[in-house]
Amino acid sequence: MEEKCGDGIFGENMKILEAERLTKHFGGLAAASGVDLDVKEGEILGLIGPNGAGKTTLFNLLSGALPPDLGVIRFKGQDIAGLKPHQITRRGIARTFQSVKIFSRMSVVDHVRLGYLFGRIETGGGDEADREVEEILEFVGLASVRNARGGDLILANQKRLEVARALATRPALLLLDELMAGLTPTEMAEAMELVKKIGERGVTIVMIEHVMKAILSICDRIIVLNQGMKIAEGTPEEIAGNKTVIEVYLGE
Amino acid sequence: MKTPGKKYGSFIALITLLALLVGVPGYMSSYTVILITNILMYVVLTLSWAIFSGPTGYISLASAAFFGTGVYASALLSSSLPLPVVIVIGGATSFTLAFLVGSLTLRLKGMYFTMFTFGLVELVRNSLHWWEVNMTGTVGRLIITADNTTIFYAMVGIFMSVLLVSYLIKRSRFGLALQGIGESEEAAAHSGVNVTRVKAVTFAVSAFFMGAAGATMSMRWTYIDPTTAFSIQFSFMPVLMAIFGGTGHLYAPIAGATVFSLLEELLTTKFPYYYMLIFGLIMLAVIRFMPRGLEGVIEKWRKSVETGSSVKT
Repeated sequence: MEEKCGDGIFGENMKILEAERLTKHFGGLAAASGVDLDVKEGEILGLIGPNGAGKTTLFNLLSGALPPDLGVIRFKGQDIAGLKPHQITRRGIARTFQSVKIFSRMSVVDHVRLGYLFGRIETGGGDEADREVEEILEFVGLASVRNARGGDLILANQKRLEVARALATRPALLLLDELMAGLTPTEMAEAMELVKKIGERGVTIVMIEHVMKAILSICDRIIVLNQGMKIAEGTPEEIAGNKTVIEVYLGE
Repeated sequence: MKTPGKKYGSFIALITLLALLVGVPGYMSSYTVILITNILMYVVLTLSWAIFSGPTGYISLASAAFFGTGVYASALLSSSLPLPVVIVIGGATSFTLAFLVGSLTLRLKGMYFTMFTFGLVELVRNSLHWWEVNMTGTVGRLIITADNTTIFYAMVGIFMSVLLVSYLIKRSRFGLALQGIGESEEAAAHSGVNVTRVKAVTFAVSAFFMGAAGATMSMRWTYIDPTTAFSIQFSFMPVLMAIFGGTGHLYAPIAGATVFSLLEELLTTKFPYYYMLIFGLIMLAVIRFMPRGLEGVIEKWRKSVETGSSVKT
């Protein structure tokens, strides 16, 4: 594994995603107002903030689930704001959901197959597809339940399944929305291990998380949102000692 | 997972069914031929309905619009073109209509989509009516008929095609996408499925066969007008038959439509005054006691047979 570089030496060309002045209003509520966001290639970026801070809205904007009212989103240098979810997925941004959205009556292996068949611009033939689907199932640790239906899995495995389906689209950038929520401590440790392994494969990750231990130990950098605005940005150490952040969290 | 043996079994059943059907006009009365044509029409409507609504769960009441479009395409063309061409044009017209309408309206979900499709039938019917009154000056028209045997074989052909297409869709990546859409549209979209296009194309494919069935039945009826061609029963019957049969396996809509239309035939001839009442009661009983339809009963029975036999060995 390559050693992660410090913040300072990343050049402009190392940014995989750049969002400027992202704004989204729901009626009078500003779910995102003027958020600037840079994601560097290969990093694991944490997104934290109190409930209703606009974290999931930000994911929805980046993944095309919602069109922004204002702002620019550049992915690998190309403007993707306003593209449909499937178009963004095929360009290399995959996501998971805060409340798991698996296909409850579909087999585990078919979930991955679906991501493989539809989430890429180019797909390989039958054998190659089978091999890669198997490889992904092994990677996330679902190979033993490949024929079970999505709805019959326990929560931890449903979360793995969402990750597997997302990985099958061969993303360059993976958005993980509260992967740890609802997991037992053991499962959480496994999930953290999985996130690290995905990062080592060269996939850039942005993760929304409430579990501070996970965020502080995995992430290279953290962004803090509050009421639709970015209020802090920095390394885990910087964030842990940031006064505004502590106020926002403890003051709520 | 299907075992090879099971697959082989369904294949044999299908060939037998086809052989029986092909022989029907040879050894059955013309009443039976007409009756079976009628049943096949409902089977085709129900199977086509299930292509789209089965996996996606979108309840469409637009079947009558596509069926009627086929009827009218045939009414306008059957004097000048050969039967197979008329049937294909009837199907293609419905396909186009469904694709356009689907692209615009398949964003609607649940009840809103159902209401819209219901309205579509009225819209097409009234537009045609207006056109007939104001442009052609006549309402209704006579059709140069093909004989009953020809119509019967045409319907068998359409039935086999819709069955084949349903099977291929189920097995293809397209079928996988449809299943995903039915379970979570959002997740399917974020896995790379072009949800709007997949829905519109499937809706159109299902409409193709409804239109083809309409184009064929139009010749059987001799006289048609917008009210008979776009009768709302062609929208409701496929839904009821699919509820009655189920939509999980291919045999389910076939069984549902067959039993249901036989029942209708029986009740209308034996109890002409009460048949709607009896029908309603039967439907209530089905929903109460067989929530998954005939399919639910058959699959339960199958499972018990399988576990029973595996205990023995």
